[in-house]
Amino acid sequence: MSRARNRDLIHRHRTVAFSCAVFVAAMVGVAYASVPLYDWFCRTTGFGGIPLVAKESPAAPIARKITVRFDGNVAGGLPWTFAPEKNEIELAIGETVLFHYVAKSQGARETVGIASYNVSPPEAASYFNKIQCFCFTDQKLSPGERVDMPVVFFVDPAIDEDAEFKSLRVITLSYTFFPSKRMPDPLAAASGDTRVR
Amino acid sequence: MAYAAAHADHHNSMGFFRRWLFSTNHKDIGTLYLIEAILAGVIGGGLSAVMRAELAEPGVQIFHNAHMYNAFATAHGLIMIFFMIMPALIGGFGNWFVPLMIGAPDMAFPRMNNISFWFLAAALILILTSMFVPDTSEGTGFGGGWTIYPPLSSKAGAPGPAMDLAIFAIHLAGASSILGAINFITTIFNMRAPGMTLHKMPLFVWSILVTAFLLLLALPVLAGAVTMLLTDRNFGTTFFDPQGGGDPILFQHLFWFFGHPEVYILVLPAFGIVSQVISTFSKKPVFGYLGMAYAMVAIGGIGFVVWAHHMYTVGMSANAQAYFLVATMVIAVPTGIKVFSWIATMWGGSIEFKTPMLWAIGFIFLFTLGGVTGVVLSNTGIDRSLHDTYYVIAHFHYTMSLGATFGIFCGWYYWFPKMTGYMYSEFLGKLHFWLTFIGVNTIFFPQHFLGLSGMPRRIVDYPEAFAGWNMVSSFGALLSTIGLVVFLISIVDAFARKRKAADNPWGVGATTLEWTLPSPPPFHTFETLPRIK
Repeated sequence: MSRARNRDLIHRHRTVAFSCAVFVAAMVGVAYASVPLYDWFCRTTGFGGIPLVAKESPAAPIARKITVRFDGNVAGGLPWTFAPEKNEIELAIGETVLFHYVAKSQGARETVGIASYNVSPPEAASYFNKIQCFCFTDQKLSPGERVDMPVVFFVDPAIDEDAEFKSLRVITLSYTFFPSKRMPDPLAAASGDTRVR
Repeated sequence: MAYAAAHADHHNSMGFFRRWLFSTNHKDIGTLYLIEAILAGVIGGGLSAVMRAELAEPGVQIFHNAHMYNAFATAHGLIMIFFMIMPALIGGFGNWFVPLMIGAPDMAFPRMNNISFWFLAAALILILTSMFVPDTSEGTGFGGGWTIYPPLSSKAGAPGPAMDLAIFAIHLAGASSILGAINFITTIFNMRAPGMTLHKMPLFVWSILVTAFLLLLALPVLAGAVTMLLTDRNFGTTFFDPQGGGDPILFQHLFWFFGHPEVYILVLPAFGIVSQVISTFSKKPVFGYLGMAYAMVAIGGIGFVVWAHHMYTVGMSANAQAYFLVATMVIAVPTGIKVFSWIATMWGGSIEFKTPMLWAIGFIFLFTLGGVTGVVLSNTGIDRSLHDTYYVIAHFHYTMSLGATFGIFCGWYYWFPKMTGYMYSEFLGKLHFWLTFIGVNTIFFPQHFLGLSGMPRRIVDYPEAFAGWNMVSSFGALLSTIGLVVFLISIVDAFARKRKAADNPWGVGATTLEWTLPSPPPFHTFETLPRIK
């Protein structure tokens, strides 16, 4: 094999290997990019039971009624009690409703919680809209403090046209409060750390 | 030429360490991979034999507790996939025969080839160590299954270091496979002998090329996912932790985006080997060569858009489920092309039932059976009731344990004379085949019945109702363990008797380039490139 041919081969080897390496790096990038993409995808489409966030109420409610059930849980590590004020309500589809959960701290110190949420059946999430919710931000409770936590929501009238939900009568909205990872420690709070979710 | 002759003798003067630890020769590295695969196969198979012994009767007899059983099941899965099937088919036969079949002197990057192997060896040590370090208070070794779903694999579910070691093992094994894949792609693209166009390459080389691309696409995603898991566990990130806004389902998506192509990574090289063997022992060129090659490309391509059929029960919309159902069933089409082309290759051929041919026909039969149950499971409605039952176990063992592994043994007996220069004993080879064939069918066929009647997987103990078929299944495990012993005896027998193998022991049917070389081939081959007409 002549030297020129050999050099040419080494060059071609490098080209292919380098392309492959770039491709591998790109795939690792895609894996990480999938985290914000998946989050965005769930929030936009309601995939996986993540309810949508809406800016304003729909024009008018329709005649069909639906029952919304409420569920509240507290994960370990947060000394709170947390429950809906009523177990279920019936509302017209398209009607905007203000509902309250009640949280009470039994801790000896100030505690911060953040609620994760979803709806069941998960497929209905793409029609379940929240205009305002305590779950959008961290919630801070002093020792013994009792707070009404509001959520404003409506069920999109478009659900009535979806064949999958012709017979849907009940949607369950569930919250679980976790200790916030962003719980400001006393020093950070004093220096004016105002990180929000 | 005096230089070449001196060079050919060069390896005799190399010391043991220089030859095997610093090896840059594709044949030596292939041999190392095969030895590693046999070792890992014996360990992984041993784990499953103990599990079957436990499951023979209801109650907990052998294991200390459920955690120990779960740790065995997890290690069995990871070892068999990453340290037995992949190294045997890709690292072992791929390294040995891709350069020989395309008429190349060696792999494109011999030193990178060496580091690929030693990464894998280190990964094997890590995964084995992981079995002996604490996981939960229940015992040692990660017990959350080979799919390592969080929260089972998060700090909450697996507080001990066993999971961290398993993550490092997956990282290293993945890096090893990615480097190997880059090496294969470069070799196949740049180093084919003059006249060896892509459309003249033997199907085994095609299968390795497609597999290498799948590895390049899938493994980085797994590497990313387990890295996120690692930082979740140790550095306070919350990719998969709802407390910080993460989502455990995301891990399942990432895992199966790797995991589904992975099953084709495991079985495509076996397709390649079976194609060579069927053609050799039918003494006919393979039927529909181009269709066979592009069916593998199609299987690889579609394999990337069906991942969520592993997770129908996580709460997907009916439309998404319908899509994954249809896409999954579509894979049966290129697979069907392959199966019918193999049958058409045999049709009218002058068939010789040597040991490799038995394994190849066994492969077609069992892989088709596993594929059919796969089509059953792809139905979202049926999957609701069969999800995580023994029916799934039976399905994927028919494709892996009975499919890919039959492909490995098929290649082993086919190329054993070429690799070692000795003939294996035809009697022991056939005994190995029949013991294994009857054994594995006795293990896994009854598991369909267990699954249909609702026996869940990953349990150490079960209700009396499932007792009968579990006993049958465990008896099958005993039989195939005896088969494994016969396999090891046949290796010892071949090396002890030293029956000299001809350059081409298979006759006119064996038309690929490796059979033009002496058995065993010299240390350096094709220093003058062959010309293919």
